[in-house]
Amino acid sequence: MAEVILRPKGNFDIMVEAEVITPDNFAGKSAKEIGELFVWQGPKELPLSHFFDVVGNGGNSPQETTIIIDGEVPRVKRIGQQMTAGKIIIKGSAGMHVGSEMAGGEIVVEGDADSWAGMEMKGGLLHIKGNTKDHLGCAYRGSWHGMTGGRIIVDGNAMSQVGGGISGGEIIINGNVENFCGIRANGGLIVVRGDAFRTVGAEMTNGTIVVCGHISWFTPGFQYQTTEKDLKFGDIECQGEFKKFSGDYAIPQKVKGIMYVSSKFNGGL
Amino acid sequence: MAGTIAIKNGYVFDPLNEIKGERMDIFIRNGKVVKELSASEMDNAKVIDATGMTVMAGGVDSHSHVAGAKVNSGRLMRPEDHYKCYIKKTPITHSGSGYTVPTVYLGGYEYSKMGYTTVFEAAVPPLEARHTHEEMRATPMVDMGGYLVLGNNWFLMRYMKEGDFEKAAAYVAWMMKTHKTYGIKCVNPAGVENWGWGENVHSLDQANIHFEVTPADIIKNLAEINEHLGFPMPLHLHANNLGHPGCWEITRDSLKIPSNIKGKPNVDVEWAETKMNPKRHESVYLTHCQFNAFGGTSWRDFESGVKGITDYVNSKDHVVMDSGCVPFGDATVMTGDGPAIHDLYVLTGNKWSNTDVECECGSGVLPFRYLKSNPVHSVQWAMGLEVILYVKDPWKSIMTTDSPNGGPFTKYPLIMAWLMSLKYRQDTMNECHKWAQDRSGMGGEEREMSLYDIAILTRANPARTIGMAYRKGNLGVGADGDVSIYNIDPTKLDVNEYENLIRNLQNSEYTIKDGEIVARQGEIVAIPEKRTYYSNIKVPDADEKQMLEDVKEWFRYYTLGFSNYPTPERYLANPTPITVNPLR
Repeated sequence: MAEVILRPKGNFDIMVEAEVITPDNFAGKSAKEIGELFVWQGPKELPLSHFFDVVGNGGNSPQETTIIIDGEVPRVKRIGQQMTAGKIIIKGSAGMHVGSEMAGGEIVVEGDADSWAGMEMKGGLLHIKGNTKDHLGCAYRGSWHGMTGGRIIVDGNAMSQVGGGISGGEIIINGNVENFCGIRANGGLIVVRGDAFRTVGAEMTNGTIVVCGHISWFTPGFQYQTTEKDLKFGDIECQGEFKKFSGDYAIPQKVKGIMYVSSKFNGGL
Repeated sequence: MAGTIAIKNGYVFDPLNEIKGERMDIFIRNGKVVKELSASEMDNAKVIDATGMTVMAGGVDSHSHVAGAKVNSGRLMRPEDHYKCYIKKTPITHSGSGYTVPTVYLGGYEYSKMGYTTVFEAAVPPLEARHTHEEMRATPMVDMGGYLVLGNNWFLMRYMKEGDFEKAAAYVAWMMKTHKTYGIKCVNPAGVENWGWGENVHSLDQANIHFEVTPADIIKNLAEINEHLGFPMPLHLHANNLGHPGCWEITRDSLKIPSNIKGKPNVDVEWAETKMNPKRHESVYLTHCQFNAFGGTSWRDFESGVKGITDYVNSKDHVVMDSGCVPFGDATVMTGDGPAIHDLYVLTGNKWSNTDVECECGSGVLPFRYLKSNPVHSVQWAMGLEVILYVKDPWKSIMTTDSPNGGPFTKYPLIMAWLMSLKYRQDTMNECHKWAQDRSGMGGEEREMSLYDIAILTRANPARTIGMAYRKGNLGVGADGDVSIYNIDPTKLDVNEYENLIRNLQNSEYTIKDGEIVARQGEIVAIPEKRTYYSNIKVPDADEKQMLEDVKEWFRYYTLGFSNYPTPERYLANPTPITVNPLR
């Protein structure tokens, strides 16, 4: 396994569009060649070495390549975009679009991730150890074709539009979410271990959403079905008693969406 | 010398001159086709060796939505259409983006790469004419013009109700000149007006609200006005009830209405030399027939109703139509038919928009995706091809996708390949839902069209139909020096290897406009000047004066002042009026 270490040098006054930082692009290249890959910063195309010291060569294949970003890169966007294999470890926080459209491999963000993490993700594993912002695993603006496969784990909180338009894969958030979690979902699984504010599952037509904490404002278009205990979705377990709802009946199309809500924290339902 | 070029040894397909793939040379001097170049001219001319290649006149698209308010709505409401489809700027070209609704620059470049040199915008609402012209002016590479939407116009419907034909004709003539547009477009006649009240019309003799005119009245009157004024093109009709199962019958009956009206184009232009008569004789040009040819009575028993229409068209001589093919994948549905868009929203739940254009018309936009796995979509794919394959005489057909309604124009090469290759149709049919086979006649259709037929469908006939054959769609002496050269050797062409064929149609070897090479193997190499055509109709001053008194009085129903209504010529790139002479 080859390791390529990128040490941030600064110069991030304008955000950097770094979709070249993937094991797919680094495989088979020397440290020097990697440093010569171009990224856009505003209107300019600059070499990666303008922003990072590159140490270590890429492996023979993406599978054999691990990229370690050794520092904070909150102004570097699109790290790991469309990667298919290998591993990226970001030792600090990552900018927008980390792991968007990724199809395989693994990304670990040890700090926070900005909005659009795992946008339209197709496969692989994205693990954010801190918090993230809006549009996690969501469709792009204007589209309702979101995440289709893979797994996203957030140890902290996420904000709004988690899993918008999700049709496959899993999103597990150990903290809280805000608005429109699972909006327009038509498949897949979203598990929120903490609380949600409002509009969970709005306009969902299929898929499953679990909220283990409290929902401040419950979405009105859902209908109570039954009560179940200790849910299990493959290797994902949710302890306790849950009220099962179906919906969202607020839209004219046929709907088969399922929402589980903790009985303990949602006494009023 | 600028615009002077010799194209040597190509296989030339020029249907208006009955040239069917003969090896010959084409010469262009100062942007116009000439018989030959003198020795000294040859010394300075650019020479292209087209040995083993197909040479045709530049492509002419007679129905495409590429400029104006609803096209721009399509761009604005679809960021997802843009973020994965974009081009970088080059020293001569702009950047651009958009897959189904590209930016104006990208749209022009994409047309040129396919060998097209002329594109007509299918629907210009009068109030949006300035906006449409601004976008057409900014669209590079292609000559353009637009059709004015008049099928639900308050002024015309009032004149029709009152039976004042002279004033109605004077109004149409004045509107064309005022908005610098080219022909009459009629969308869901009487129905779009009713949509303002949440209604539609469902039969040809259903009178609409307030104006109490029927679709049949409007079609008949507009077709008569069209020939009375001597328009270069026939009435351009988008029939009622579009997109509803069973709509083929109302479409066929609509086509019967102008069956006794003779096409009488009367324009003052210099005609290029052609063997065939380059003037149209038809009195109606039906657009996107596929969308108007739904069979069955509901989505459950939905089937192709194309045969009902093509049988009629085969038996008559007054109809020409474009296909509105569906090549699968992403599309953006946009039309002046607001209620049709609302019905699609109810069906799909997709985002949508609707607009009421004051006293004139309306429109709507909705993103759509055609899937091979969807039963209805797969039948629509088959129907779009049936529309062309069932019509015996290709001079009654034009190939379009009603871009971007059936799919973006960038997929024209797929349609051409389906028309030419039975194997490609069968291979696609095998990937489709079984309805494509069961609910259409495509499975039993073995016709394979030739490159000559394709030249008719994509150049010669669209140009002839809209009255542009005096300069476009042929390579006769005097025609514009617009040529597309494809890397296709007709003597070695194997249509079973359709992937190759598609690739070569997607990127012309050379696209030549006005005698300049503008695109080469998919790359834009020069930005030519472009023209905008419109009909300048000479009606008697007295008729116009009387009519204008009414218009000024009724103008209080508009939200803008009368003096701000016209579109000045400065909104047009190289305005090129065509003088049209009404009957006296």
